[in-house]
Amino acid sequence: MTAMIRRKLSIVAILLGASLLGGCANFEPWVKPYERERLADPIMAFERDPVSAAYLYHVYESREGARGALGSAGGGCGCN
Amino acid sequence: MKGLRAPVHAAALLVATVLALGSSLSSAGVLPEDRADLLYHRYDGGGVTIDGPSLLVRKKFLEQFSVAANYYVDMVSSASIDVITTASPYEEERTQYSLSVDALRGKTSYSAGYSNSEESDYEANTAYLSLSQDLFGDLTTISMGFSRGWDTVRQRDVDGSGVDPNFEERTDRRTYTLGLTQVLTKNMILGGSYEVITDEGFLNNPYRTVRYLDEVGVVARQDERYPRTRTSNSFSVRTRYHLPYRAAVSGQYRFFTDTWGILAHTGELGYTHPWGSRWIFDGKLRYYTQEAADFYSDLFPRQDALNFLARDKELSTFVSSSVGLGASYEVPFKLPRFIKKGTLNLRWEHIWFDYEDFRDTRVNAPAGSEPLYQFEADVVQLFASIWF
Repeated sequence: MTAMIRRKLSIVAILLGASLLGGCANFEPWVKPYERERLADPIMAFERDPVSAAYLYHVYESREGARGALGSAGGGCGCN
Repeated sequence: MKGLRAPVHAAALLVATVLALGSSLSSAGVLPEDRADLLYHRYDGGGVTIDGPSLLVRKKFLEQFSVAANYYVDMVSSASIDVITTASPYEEERTQYSLSVDALRGKTSYSAGYSNSEESDYEANTAYLSLSQDLFGDLTTISMGFSRGWDTVRQRDVDGSGVDPNFEERTDRRTYTLGLTQVLTKNMILGGSYEVITDEGFLNNPYRTVRYLDEVGVVARQDERYPRTRTSNSFSVRTRYHLPYRAAVSGQYRFFTDTWGILAHTGELGYTHPWGSRWIFDGKLRYYTQEAADFYSDLFPRQDALNFLARDKELSTFVSSSVGLGASYEVPFKLPRFIKKGTLNLRWEHIWFDYEDFRDTRVNAPAGSEPLYQFEADVVQLFASIWF
């Protein structure tokens, strides 16, 4: 009995996993590529001018105890 | 005599990482634009003036690669409160070179870079690797990075004529970063970043002292003594929203904590407003607050009061708040054929620093009852950019 339940649960898990993976393959972005005009506007950039952003972070980090996690995704400070 | 110095050296290596990562990783599937920027920067406040140039050039090659190089100089003239109360004003120059390469393969981008910073008594090196990946119809970008830093700390002679041959210390640093950028709607984008930084080695300033009361109640001084390790965690979220008309608002929050007992919050609000086809104006407000390190004191009750001792105002309890304005202007005149666009940019920021347990010892008053220190600073950036 227990083995049967385990087998059924396994089948359910496999089906669930497969449907989730299938969902990834057929992922429909809720913001379509042709709807990204505003996101692509330069005024929407987190750092429009990297040379300026880097300098300002340097000004802050030189005078404050905190450091890191101020850049874009992945951007930060390898330093201090 | 060589004076006390602001801890500007290693922090500046940030420049390289931000240049390489910050510009390129908001979307992993696209290489950053070819552009060159020539910047003049000037910081003026608290008796310290730091200015100099920064030149950044970025160029694609072989369709899949982009290389960036940065040359940056800080010319420091310091008569800060630390300097004038315990040492003599000094001048110093720090030069930094950075080089990075981005490679794009499908929806994945890879970055690698190296940066070197040198001044007379401090050398800092950083190397890093990172990658980012677009997912879910390019609505999500995840990224991760690792960097390794190794610094050499030296000490100037008492008369400032050279470096003490008997003093040379090393600091090692490792940084681990995770990032996420998420498109929420056709008008809104969200970013998150988590960063762990660990340091090991000589972490204090070889010139700075703490003050304490001796057996008869007279103020005396002894050298600062910091732990030889430090690990910090910082987490930030930020967002940008395109308004119904052509303008954007932004917000950012960062939480920071470390093994020295510092706990900090940073908040920032921004507004960007184009005007006509050539002008873009920016405004921002920033607020920062921190609690002091466990081993910080403005006045220790006795000599060797703790295992570790600090009187660096950057480790004290304080608040800094700032207001910033900026303007960018796309030049209307004809540029050489290989240049697509050129802009002139001016940015200004005014910062107020208010310390809650760092006293102004320039004032002649009984120790521990001097007024709390505060100062204001202006940060100016003037730069020209071209896209080619």
